Amino acid sequence: MINSKTTFRGYRRENGRVGVRNHVIILPVDDLSNAASEAVANNIKGTMAIPHPYGRLQFGADLDLHFRTLIGAGSNPNVAAVVVIGIEEEWTKRVVDGIARTGKPVTGFGIELHGDHDTIMRASKAAKEYMQWASELKREECAINELWVSCKCGESDTTSGIGSNPTVGNAFDKLEPLGVTLVFGETTEITGGEQIVAARCATEEVRDRFMFMFNRYQEVIERNKTNDLMDSQPTKGNIAGGLTTIEEKALGNIQKIGRKCKVIGVLDKAESPTAPGLWFMDSSSAAAEMVTLLAAAGFVVHLFPTGQGNVIGNPILPVIKLTANPRTARTMSEHIDLDVSGLMQRQKNMDQCGDELLETMLRTCNGRLTAAEALGHREFVLTRLYESA
Amino acid sequence: MIHFLVHDKKDSVGVVVVEGVKAGQELVGWVMEDDSTIKIKALNEVPIGHKLATREIKKGDTVIKYGHDIGRAVADIRVGEHAHVQNMKTKRW
Repeated sequence: MINSKTTFRGYRRENGRVGVRNHVIILPVDDLSNAASEAVANNIKGTMAIPHPYGRLQFGADLDLHFRTLIGAGSNPNVAAVVVIGIEEEWTKRVVDGIARTGKPVTGFGIELHGDHDTIMRASKAAKEYMQWASELKREECAINELWVSCKCGESDTTSGIGSNPTVGNAFDKLEPLGVTLVFGETTEITGGEQIVAARCATEEVRDRFMFMFNRYQEVIERNKTNDLMDSQPTKGNIAGGLTTIEEKALGNIQKIGRKCKVIGVLDKAESPTAPGLWFMDSSSAAAEMVTLLAAAGFVVHLFPTGQGNVIGNPILPVIKLTANPRTARTMSEHIDLDVSGLMQRQKNMDQCGDELLETMLRTCNGRLTAAEALGHREFVLTRLYESA
Repeated sequence: MIHFLVHDKKDSVGVVVVEGVKAGQELVGWVMEDDSTIKIKALNEVPIGHKLATREIKKGDTVIKYGHDIGRAVADIRVGEHAHVQNMKTKRW
């Protein structure tokens, strides 16, 4: 049983935050810098490049989100040190300066006037120094309230609402009183359950902000839809799994916030929370997009219930998968960290499964690789708000 | 053996939790809210995770699961019949 004396072994960073991984990352500012970043990661063993397709000619709020996501990813306490590579110096420096505010080692390289070869050589030298330095950092005993835990489900089916989502809810109900920082989101996937979430908001101000975010996203759907979204939300996988409508999916989805936790605040995409407790993040419901936003917000371990078997991972944020679908547990076992299908036959109760999930989470925090990490799932997907200039 | 689950007593559908349910099969359901048991005969094959009606649903009726509105019936759905995209629709979007 988890309690206020429960500890885990994490890496304490320069700014006091605690991580559960010790990555040295090679972070491209833009699509053009992926090749050099991957070359550096290939040269220096143990480092990891995080390629992505964006970062050119973005502007306004979309550009702000791009920088917030990259700076947030580099600032995440699961990251020990960062080498940033961009096509030109200025935006590269902006990302470096943002990450440097955490106090962690970070250096940037611009490709223009140097070319890939020279950039790869200089960046590899920096990456080697960081990697050897990081390899000597030690895990230390950390209090449970230093953890930031996120959740988001994927390829849901009806077993998600019955079993795996309420298991996360049970775990959240146990973590919240201990002062752990928690988050959920998926703004459109609350459609049909929005009044239930609104009723769980701690204050009227939080409720108004939540409903503002919810209604804003509904307008995006109304403006852009060409049908009733039966091809997208629910997804084809959801429908194959037995979910029929967005309302049904949403009522299952919100089981993840448990029965007791209050929503204490609302976050913009990739925005960091400022206090312990349960937060709502306005976000897409697409798995890799949202988990990337959560990594950028500073969350260090993620609980991911799945029904039909979503295989997602993230380079920075370990993604723990659980399923209550016995067929998924059987046919996709290499992706599943915890099988809670016993719930479906009353062989286990929710409290037991919640405890099992917390135990799996603590083992992951102490260093055990998740299935997604072992399989090399490193989906880093940036959210775009609109077209580039 | 539990073949299907019902979240709330108010629900008009249950979720099949075993593989291979056949038309005509007698099914045992567990109502989670009050821990009671109900029996229903399946009218179709119903895949695991899919819903069947636990009471008569008329075209236009609201379908209830988790004790809440999950959409409307676009055709009559008989007790034991597979309830899914062929006879149900969202009320949103």
